[in-house]
Amino acid sequence: MSTLATSMTSRRMSNQGHVAVGLATVAVGFAVSAALNGLSPSWVIVWSFMLYPIAVYVSSRILEDRRQATDRLVRVSVTLAFVVVVLPLASLVWTVIREGAARFDATFLTGNMRLTPEDLAAQNGGEAVGGAFHAMVGTLIVTSVAALIAIPLGLFTAIYLVEYGRGRLVKAITSMVDVMTGIPSIVAGLFSYALFVLILGPGTRTGLAGGVALSVLMTPVVVRSAEEMLRLVPNELREASYALGVPRWKTIVKVVLPTAIAGILTGSTLAIARVIGETAPLLVTVGLAQETNLNPFDGRMTTLPVYTYYQYVQPGIPTDAGQSRAWAAALMLVIIVAVLFTLGRVLARVLQPKGMR
Amino acid sequence: MTQSTIESAQGSGVEGRTGRFGDRIFAGLSKGAGVLILVTLAGVALFLFREGYPGINVDPSEMDGSDTFIQYVGPLVFGTIFAALIALAIAAPLAIAVALFISHYAPRRVARTLGYLIDLLAAIPSVVFGIWGIRVLAPLLAQNVYPWLGDNASFIPLFSGSASTSGRTMLTAGMVLAVVILPIITAISREVFLQTPRLHEEASLALGATKWEMIRQAVIPYGRSGVISGAMLGLGRALGETMAVAIILSPSDGYFWSIITNQNSNTIASNIALKFPESSGLEVNRLIATGLVLFVITFGVNALARRVAAAGFSGADG
Repeated sequence: MSTLATSMTSRRMSNQGHVAVGLATVAVGFAVSAALNGLSPSWVIVWSFMLYPIAVYVSSRILEDRRQATDRLVRVSVTLAFVVVVLPLASLVWTVIREGAARFDATFLTGNMRLTPEDLAAQNGGEAVGGAFHAMVGTLIVTSVAALIAIPLGLFTAIYLVEYGRGRLVKAITSMVDVMTGIPSIVAGLFSYALFVLILGPGTRTGLAGGVALSVLMTPVVVRSAEEMLRLVPNELREASYALGVPRWKTIVKVVLPTAIAGILTGSTLAIARVIGETAPLLVTVGLAQETNLNPFDGRMTTLPVYTYYQYVQPGIPTDAGQSRAWAAALMLVIIVAVLFTLGRVLARVLQPKGMR
Repeated sequence: MTQSTIESAQGSGVEGRTGRFGDRIFAGLSKGAGVLILVTLAGVALFLFREGYPGINVDPSEMDGSDTFIQYVGPLVFGTIFAALIALAIAAPLAIAVALFISHYAPRRVARTLGYLIDLLAAIPSVVFGIWGIRVLAPLLAQNVYPWLGDNASFIPLFSGSASTSGRTMLTAGMVLAVVILPIITAISREVFLQTPRLHEEASLALGATKWEMIRQAVIPYGRSGVISGAMLGLGRALGETMAVAIILSPSDGYFWSIITNQNSNTIASNIALKFPESSGLEVNRLIATGLVLFVITFGVNALARRVAAAGFSGADG
């Protein structure tokens, strides 16, 4: 009994102990950094972070016991892993904002890339020319085409799976939706290209083909989320409606869908956020244009992701001008995605039926 | 309520006739949508094959490099799998640790925000990751890490050869791919970790286990299959990821094991993105054929992931 009592109240590391371990680690970090990399602040931080789990383990092993030491080691490592993962995200957001802000101006938002010789001369002189208005319009058109195909298709498929379907067809569709989720985006682009080769001949690029490619990527996301939401609708609601003599389709339209609408809208918004930044499929189906093209059935179009890619890898002369435009477009993309993403979350909360909140 | 009673109730209703007519249309529409998905998927395979076949069956002397299709696609398949495995090796341990942190270590209020952040990370376009990788990560590694690896670790084949000074290496590409797939693995792992039965966890703690011992005894066994299938889905995504690799990697023709030099096997997806816009004729067919190969590889990996997940869940129920 007494041994149990002592072991349960056994030696625990005090707060001062933790501070001491931390300080000791930084000191060792200093020494290692000085010995290996020359004394620079970032290396001191890197080494301290890498050494801290070891320091915690060793000190706990001495002051406490093996089990506590392992527990502490895991806690520290897991927390450090999280920091390691947040670092690239923070760096990415910081870089995009810093580099993108330079050209996030009126010319960028309203101009296109049909540059006159005077524009090019001005650009050589360091002036800000060229914009991405045509790319924003292109992204809007191509994404709308994709949404117009994918949302009805996905919603009706989900209705079939939940409300009508039975047996082998449901199984087949469910597993094929799974397969579709895993299609690499560039393969979806190639598929759309190969499809439109049949219709329009080889080598054509249209906004429509891009929309079809994106819809292949978007549909399974819509099906999945809509299906999940429809399954959450309580069966009692359907049965009450049937009991009043309401036909099935009207029950679905008037009872089931309104109940699930919040989830469906959220799912669709997130699906749009997913595809709006897709580059690879649009690279092979829509191509690149210099000016605004409003017609998805004819001719190339520029979209924001493709614009970002080409402005970065083929910036022209001077290099900085093109790459600044690329960063501004990247900033635009990140803003669009973040807004859509937040909108989806907010929609879910606002539209949720009362009582389920 | 059974099917027949529903139908008879509807048949005798006031709206019987229009109801049944409307029902037929609605049922037809929704069934049609489901079938269209099957047709689309069959179409993907069919059209890729139709447009790709001339590229597979081509006389090598007609193509530049005069490679047969196997000679052409071989290094690309190697590069694709190599890059994806590097990404997975980096991302999987980190993702599992982060999932554990969010599900079991972080305070609950903070955890929700962190989950949101990770989901947002998943939605950031890969082209943005690509230009961040080439602007920030590649120079950082080329200055601080690759020279050291080249000097001190070159006896390992992975780090042999002359270290890249631009940082456009397989390792940089693999790291950026890891950042791209990390949120996917994290999201799935977090989900299964959170589903661990409360009673399992409390039983373990009540027996005097430390938190880590509880996680090892209750959380990890429960979540194992989910984590594995999440990792494989991440692998599938890494195999097909295009832009990050296309922007970062400096590709060469052939098989290269070293991951810190400027000579790297390209990946299928990146190769298509780099060459497709400027290609015509049989070259296009050949690129589409490589896309078909990529489709088959990802299909296999994803099928395996689902099988693991299915096996795990039935086991957890039993």
